[in-house]
Amino acid sequence: MNRIIVCVKPVPDPKHWDKVSMDPETKTLKREGIPNIMNPLDKHALEAALALRESHGGEVVLLSMAPPFAKTTIREGLAMGADRAVLLSDRVFAGSDSLATAEILAAGCRWIGGFDIVLCGNLSIDGSTAQICSQLAEMLDLPNVMHVTGMEESGEDNLIITQKIENGYVKLFSGFPVVLSVRKEVNKPRYIPFTGILAAESKEITMLSNKDLCVDPERIGLKGSPTKMAGLEVRKFERKKEKLEGTVDDIVEKLVERIYQCGVIEC
Amino acid sequence: MDEKRNRDVWVFAEQRNGELHDVSLELLGKARDLADKTGSKVIAVLIGYHVRKLAQTLVNHGADVVFVADDTRLENYRLLPYTHVFESLIKEHGPDVVLIGATAMGVELAPRVAARIRTGLSAHCIDLKLDENGNLLQVVPGWGGGVVATIACPDHRPQMSTVMPGAMKALPEEEREGRIEEMYVDLPDSNMGPEILGIERVVAGEQPLEKAEVVVAGGWGVGSEENWSLLEELARLLGGAVGATRPPVDEGWAREGQMVGQSGKTIRPTLYIGVGISGVMHHVVGMDQSKNIISINSNPDADIFEASDVIVAEDFMKILPPLIRELKSRVKSWRSINISEEK
Ligand SMILES: Cc1cc2nc3c(=O)[nH]c(=O)nc-3n(C[C@H](O)[C@H](O)[C@H](O)COP(=O)(O)OP(=O)(O)OC[C@H]3O[C@@H](n4cnc5c(N)ncnc54)[C@H](O)[C@@H]3O)c2cc1C
Ligand SMILES: Nc1ncnc2c1ncn2[C@@H]1O[C@H](COP(=O)(O)O)[C@@H](O)[C@H]1O
Repeated sequence: MNRIIVCVKPVPDPKHWDKVSMDPETKTLKREGIPNIMNPLDKHALEAALALRESHGGEVVLLSMAPPFAKTTIREGLAMGADRAVLLSDRVFAGSDSLATAEILAAGCRWIGGFDIVLCGNLSIDGSTAQICSQLAEMLDLPNVMHVTGMEESGEDNLIITQKIENGYVKLFSGFPVVLSVRKEVNKPRYIPFTGILAAESKEITMLSNKDLCVDPERIGLKGSPTKMAGLEVRKFERKKEKLEGTVDDIVEKLVERIYQCGVIEC
Repeated sequence: MDEKRNRDVWVFAEQRNGELHDVSLELLGKARDLADKTGSKVIAVLIGYHVRKLAQTLVNHGADVVFVADDTRLENYRLLPYTHVFESLIKEHGPDVVLIGATAMGVELAPRVAARIRTGLSAHCIDLKLDENGNLLQVVPGWGGGVVATIACPDHRPQMSTVMPGAMKALPEEEREGRIEEMYVDLPDSNMGPEILGIERVVAGEQPLEKAEVVVAGGWGVGSEENWSLLEELARLLGGAVGATRPPVDEGWAREGQMVGQSGKTIRPTLYIGVGISGVMHHVVGMDQSKNIISINSNPDADIFEASDVIVAEDFMKILPPLIRELKSRVKSWRSINISEEK
């Protein structure tokens, strides 16, 4: 194994999502004070990479496109055991949709070079597009497999991959390089050892901007994103909200009535 | 935009093993609605081997035209060959809209195709509308469903979406006329990615959740596997299925296929009865299109009540046993009346 790149995305911690509100004027989400964590599935992707490194050698490199503050999250991945990290940070990247993000991450992969596998999470919890794996692979002109629940090396440079589909599994045989995205069943991410935290301090995080990557500015950021946000709403409900009150008998009586009114059972 | 551009709405007709995925029929229903508004055609794209026999079903669910790409090399879904075929068809015919189910296959294939064509793709849509100019507005949940964003793709064509299974409604099947066109399949000899070693199918029995008219769903508040059987009994009485939030699935009271919500299924039954469910958005996005929502939760301030038509702020253990008793007696008396009339 040469090198494995793991794409990690810092995402707002879902424990604090009730603090998210919308700026009525700019129509953007206000997320001040919400700490970031590594996208949960990316930990599984990293665990898979570390396990492959342990049995077959090679280097594990983290790749992230995010503002500079993402260093904190990336350190977590270094503490888990990744060898080094590359952080793609540039104002011109802001507003990128999945296509533009894939374009930038692909440039990052090319910059790193010499990889056998690129690993992603299947989906991120905030954007939740689940589009990066396939789009990144397309930009790199490499095959890809999503929904990976198992992988083992077969011979020198092949992988046997288990892919989860509805009502079953597909076993695939793939050469290198390949881009994969994992589901959570693939493994159980290790806890960060204390020594890992210390070791992470001295590991390298390379910061790159678009001056280093030279991606066509027409293809990145808001301008390079074919999808545009046309509206954003905090979800509201229009329901009857009729509260059934009284003794248990009263409530049950009314409940039966409401069920009958739905017309799902005959009377 | 080029000359060939038209307003056609395409639906990817997903099949595995010669069986159409329900979501494809649901998408045809939505596509019909969109196409009728702009006076354009609905085209289903069917890729596989020996799949021509499925084309009439697609017509009967709303397709005007079915493009069939039938080839031995397309027998089992493989990402790169399917991408190639799909891309060629899109480039040749220039559809305005392409809808794909957000299934295991769809979420892998759609982004690859969109990236190759360099157009926009919105993920896991729960609703699709047209703006005043006839552009597609794609409604997607974000942040665990707490916010909904509307996405447009103003300057690129086609406008592509993956759509949550269950979010749209299929038209009833009826004899319709449509054109079935065989497509010429030209696959390059180049590397077509991973080879399939085998496919293992796990058969799921019972009534699928998405099709049930009544869903009794339980959450963490149900408390135990033993209590869970009350939900099953209630569902049986109402001729429905049992759904769940994530905790009961993690606990093993319910199976993964019963989970409703962002990472589970989207359902829209006539009646949804939620028991011991707090109403976290992850779950609510999967059920809030239900026609009638009844919620039982002992916490009078439970969030789920905001999304409910009928609210019961009580311990479900006080309510369900007498409710089941009451329903049993009514259903019985209704049966006995029928029987006596027959006599
Ligand atoms: C990325 C991500 C994706 C997720 N996807 C999904 C998904 O698709 N679907 C999903 O469901 N969840 C999903 N979750 C989990 C979700 O965030 C919630 O944790 C979950 O929905 C909560 O389930 P619950 O309402 O059953 O449990 P809780 O939130 O623990 O609520 C239990 C409720 O039961 C009530 N209760 C307790 N005892 C009684 C009683 N005796 N009688 C009546 N009521 C009682 C309580 O008042 C409480 O409101 C996801 C989470 C993440 C992070
Ligand atoms: N900005 C990013 N930087 C690094 N990796 C990313 C980024 N966005 C997405 N990814 C990767 O793509 C996966 C799927 O994300 P998404 O397609 O946005 O749901 C994540 O789990 C990450 O592995």
